[in-house]
Amino acid sequence: MTSLPPPSAKKLGLVIDLDTCVGCQACATSCKEWNTQGYSAPLTDKNPYGADPSGVWLNRVHGYEVTEEGQAQSRIVHFPRSCLHCEEPACVTVCPTGASYKRAEDGIVLVNPDTCIGCKLCSWACPYGAREYDTSHGVMKKCTLCVDRIYNENFAEDDRVPACVKACPTGARHFGDLGDSSSAVSKLVAERGGYDLLPEMGMRPVNKYLPPRARRDGRSAQVAALPEGDGSAFDRLFAWADKMLSGKAAAPRVDTTDHSGKLEG
Amino acid sequence: MHPAYSVILFTTASGAGYGLLALLGLVGFNHGPASTMAFALTAIAVALALATMGLLSSTFHLGHPERAWRAFSQWRSSWLSREGVAAVATYVPALAFAAVWSGLADAPGLIGPLGLLTFAMCAVTVFCTAKIYSTLTTIRAWNQPLTVPVYLGFALATGSALLAAIASLFGRLQYFQVVVTVVALALVALLKFFYWQAIDAAGKAHTIEAATGLGRIGKVSQWEVPHTATNYIQTEMGYAMARKHAAKLRRLVLILLALAVLAAWLALPVPLLSIVAALLALAAAAVERWLFFAEAQHVVTLFYGAAKA
Repeated sequence: MTSLPPPSAKKLGLVIDLDTCVGCQACATSCKEWNTQGYSAPLTDKNPYGADPSGVWLNRVHGYEVTEEGQAQSRIVHFPRSCLHCEEPACVTVCPTGASYKRAEDGIVLVNPDTCIGCKLCSWACPYGAREYDTSHGVMKKCTLCVDRIYNENFAEDDRVPACVKACPTGARHFGDLGDSSSAVSKLVAERGGYDLLPEMGMRPVNKYLPPRARRDGRSAQVAALPEGDGSAFDRLFAWADKMLSGKAAAPRVDTTDHSGKLEG
Repeated sequence: MHPAYSVILFTTASGAGYGLLALLGLVGFNHGPASTMAFALTAIAVALALATMGLLSSTFHLGHPERAWRAFSQWRSSWLSREGVAAVATYVPALAFAAVWSGLADAPGLIGPLGLLTFAMCAVTVFCTAKIYSTLTTIRAWNQPLTVPVYLGFALATGSALLAAIASLFGRLQYFQVVVTVVALALVALLKFFYWQAIDAAGKAHTIEAATGLGRIGKVSQWEVPHTATNYIQTEMGYAMARKHAAKLRRLVLILLALAVLAAWLALPVPLLSIVAALLALAAAAVERWLFFAEAQHVVTLFYGAAKA
């Protein structure tokens, strides 16, 4: 059924901390590794070692440059992007077959690979680019929130989280119930001012992003000035040493390595 | 948006087919039995062939054509599903109408009601096709009030041009057919012109700052793409080939429509020119439909570095 279920009390999702993400791609590769053997597997790559590789990824890490007003240097923000498991997902309601659905019990948005006809309309309806079409299977693929991990009783309790969360070395990815205001993720969102992507699209994403913190010091982006001398005996000694060692105009170092790439001449 | 040729073929061919079928239904409703059985069967065969070809071609772009039957199930929420249901349901009154209108079945009393029902089902089918696109809020150029009228307009214009062409082949081209064709072609040219004005005037409401939420810090630009090779999202949604040729292609559509109007009108003295008019109208519809896809920008392009969408 692609009509939406009544809103669930439980809203499983991710909270992604843009302040601590370092763009290492561990979440993306871990996602790829888990999901190429899990639900709706494999996650196909075409020509992976060739000149023109392509493939399906459920999580991709973008990098954005942000220029702050009054700052000489810009900031780089690493930005992982995957399905946001929206509360009003247009990708579900446009599906003509019922293959795309939102789970009533926990809000996870899934594609049934056995009934998807591969019309791609869901990927057109998603503003977040969360769905990627797998040409080798002829079906749509998307983040499953590792539905085959989080309820897996064969796993130790602390492994029952999505692969991306488990892999993140900086703790920038948090998994939990965003429908429960007392959960750790909900508290984190409240504390750090977590926000929705493109809220004006009206999809009401469950996943939240935590904004990068303000710079600690307004001047930290500028090259630190050399410390001024204090006129002590040590200071005068260093100044003298600096002068002696500098000599006259130092001869520039000559690089004798041939970088031309030619084998001869 | 990437223009899939199967979808362009589907929407233009089925649009023309349903347009023709709808007009035949009205002709039957208004005039009663067809003048000759040969004319009636040819016209309905052309209409159903175009509609069927369109439907079949739309399944070519599916990953699993053998599962296409599943698309009839979600008519409660999905316009694509509704279109499928309406398209298939139209065959019932259309075939019954073909039988009584042509005289194969002797029930003149049923020509009127079946003609009207066929007309209504054709209109509903094309309406559903247009709704698939116009309800996508992620694509500004499609999420427009004129999207549906333009789809209906092209179905009517290409359908009436085909009706005039088929009638002229049977030596039965009539004044009202020429008038309907000329008016429909001129109307759709106007609608499309206003549609282009509307999409040019509507500001790009979404920015890369809003999409990433990083506008709170400052000005955002793409620093690093999340992959080493082009991905599905970029090839499907990021198609920008036609945008730089958009002005030329828009002029081409209007010129083709103007020539079609001229040929349709000149068919009064030279009836066979209505065939030229039909071909020009179909060519205009195909270019227009290609541009409809290629010109449309998807909001996801913001995450891939577009400043606005």
